[in-house]
Amino acid sequence: MMQTKNIMIVGVGGQGTLLTSRILGGITRRAGYDVKMSEVHGMAQRGGSVVTFVRYGDKVEEPIVEEGQADVLIAFERLEAMRYAHFLKKDGVLIVNDQRIDPMPVVIGAAVYPEAILETLAEKHTVISVDAMKEAKAIGNSRTFNVIVLGIAAQHMDFAKEDWLAVIEETVPPKTVDINKKAFEAGYQLGGAA
Amino acid sequence: MEKKVIMLGNAAIARGAYEAGVKVSAAYPGTPSTEISENIVKYKDVLYSEWSPNEKVALEVAIGASISGVRSLASMKHVGLNVASDPLYTVSYIGTNGGLVIVVADDPGLYSSQNEQDTRAVARAAKVPVLEPSDSMEAKEFTKFAYEMSEKYDTPVILRTTTRLAHSQGVVTLEQRQEIEDRPYEKNIAKHVMMPGNAKFRHIAVEEREKKLAEEGCAFPINRVEYQDTSIGVITSGIPYLYVKEALPNASVLKLGMVNPLPRKLIEEFASRVEKLYIVEELDPIIEEQVRSWGIAAVGKEILTVQGEYSANMIRQAIGKETLDLEPPAQIPVRPPILCPGCPHRSTFHVLNQLHIHAAGDIGCYTLGAVAPLNVVDTTVCMGSSISSLHGMEKAKGFDYIKNWVAVIGDSTFMHTGINSLMNMVYNQSKGTVLILDNSTTGMTGHQDHAATGKTLMGDATYAIDIAGICKAMGVPSVQIVNAFDLPLLKQAVKEETAREALSVIVVKAPCALLDKRPVTVQYRIDPEKCKQCGMCMKPGCPAMTKDRDGAITINDTMCNGCGLCAGICRFGAVEKVGVR
Repeated sequence: MMQTKNIMIVGVGGQGTLLTSRILGGITRRAGYDVKMSEVHGMAQRGGSVVTFVRYGDKVEEPIVEEGQADVLIAFERLEAMRYAHFLKKDGVLIVNDQRIDPMPVVIGAAVYPEAILETLAEKHTVISVDAMKEAKAIGNSRTFNVIVLGIAAQHMDFAKEDWLAVIEETVPPKTVDINKKAFEAGYQLGGAA
Repeated sequence: MEKKVIMLGNAAIARGAYEAGVKVSAAYPGTPSTEISENIVKYKDVLYSEWSPNEKVALEVAIGASISGVRSLASMKHVGLNVASDPLYTVSYIGTNGGLVIVVADDPGLYSSQNEQDTRAVARAAKVPVLEPSDSMEAKEFTKFAYEMSEKYDTPVILRTTTRLAHSQGVVTLEQRQEIEDRPYEKNIAKHVMMPGNAKFRHIAVEEREKKLAEEGCAFPINRVEYQDTSIGVITSGIPYLYVKEALPNASVLKLGMVNPLPRKLIEEFASRVEKLYIVEELDPIIEEQVRSWGIAAVGKEILTVQGEYSANMIRQAIGKETLDLEPPAQIPVRPPILCPGCPHRSTFHVLNQLHIHAAGDIGCYTLGAVAPLNVVDTTVCMGSSISSLHGMEKAKGFDYIKNWVAVIGDSTFMHTGINSLMNMVYNQSKGTVLILDNSTTGMTGHQDHAATGKTLMGDATYAIDIAGICKAMGVPSVQIVNAFDLPLLKQAVKEETAREALSVIVVKAPCALLDKRPVTVQYRIDPEKCKQCGMCMKPGCPAMTKDRDGAITINDTMCNGCGLCAGICRFGAVEKVGVR
């Protein structure tokens, strides 16, 4: 009996967390697992903090990952990594896109964006960080940054690269298949080297 | 061969309706129920679906379809049921011809709502049975079962979901659509015309139905007993059932698929066989209070909250008495939702803020005009309330008091119920200014069409109701249409109309920034040579703009969508238009 694996994707509404979770859902089904995912739609999608849970295994009950249970936490933004880091298991892996998006309290000067987030997180957790926006611009499309991050995370999950590429092909819009595959490959290599 | 797919809870409900042979579906968008209609329209070859102007209309459309003999669906969020409660309470008496299912989505945790009300309480009062699935597969199956029930017991059935179910995905087995014959219509005024003499007798039928359902429900397969260790027994339903299974894998569980009326004998039997009985239900103690009223000892809300969502960890601690070694969350700035870059509401609120105007607000993205840095919206109650509450203020305190007030309401919300409130202002000779923020869509729920957009849910072009024209036809003496990004003109219009002792409407037009999916071709950037770092352009709180520690202001080129609001504000010509890099 396989232990249920818990993945979280966190970020800022509009960063593409839903596309990433669709790819994750696709790959777990392709491998024949039971899977449940939970998403945020509606108002919070408007620039708010968003979280998606993905759980897969032989039999999954609840659709959410709870505090202290995440095997892999994928964060598309530094502050959001910090917000959800306590959801990680003791031996969980945190993959962070090293990007800063100021929340409104910071924009208007009512709060300060914390310094040295990655260093603080690394004191307690295994942290892999990447400037995915830079990597994405390097391959020619800044919007693929989330697939680059997913490529890194894939090194910490149980699926073959060929399967990931096949699922990306069936999930993303047809016109963007090639660039997204390229982005995944780039992330996968970065993740392998980390 | 059976096909298994991953489906959102809401998509599974739509699939269930399709498989059950539903022919008519009506709804008004509302998180977390919107995706039901967005998915049901995929079956448009075999069933009719629509966006109605509000939930009351949607339910009445479904009632009409049911009376005519076909299976029908109405879907809405919990507060939508308040709007539809008038037909709900009476269709409970009328019952059904073709099956009638009303999907109502509750929002424990208030992800996207103005309150945390519990639909089961409304259903109890209306004496309408309620089914509550736990995951996507059950969402589909329960929907189908609801139609069987609806026809067998001559009752509308509420399928209650919560945000967590509606927006979770799970594996669903697809089946064929059942071909359901239309049931013949027979004229029957004793059943279909609810005047006192008829309704009196229908009430008797309703009470009998409740009793019968409470008895026969004990044998419904959707109510399921899982006996294991009997030292702990839990009665639960819906999403909390999954938390119970995670947290207490060895406990005995009575999983209720029907939560109104309660299958009393089944519950009494279960209670008698377990040592300690717990009731785990999110929101109000609806099951708990009934079970206790039968003289059964049970533990519930003493140890579990009536607010927000539950979790397995919560149950591990409260019932399992476990001490969890959890890391506390980091103390960091919150990230509330904000208006998008390029949002026309930001421009409008900037103008109102500059003029020190208070707004009676409404339900939509523009409710965000209440918070810093815009700080314009003073009140938000429910759909359509902006206009009527402004009217109430004027009647209470007179025109002078509301000279620095306006009502703000979106186009979709105006069509929903705001239109009635404006009618009232005309009729009762109110003075005041109403801003209809027309972004050509229902924005917050993710861009649904409505009666003024010119397109139906099924994708057909249709007559677009002219909002300004309707206001004029009602008799509003002054109606202006202004572009949301034309700052000088908008400012002048608001000044002019609020100063005049009369009723006025300003239709503030500009499409939702997310509506245009084409790539951005124009953006803005700050010329550091010209910028005085005064911060005026930062005032409306555009998320694409940042000011670093040394005061330099920059515009993020991955976020700017070229609305030009900042350029319109800058007095030094320091914001320049550029092509996209």
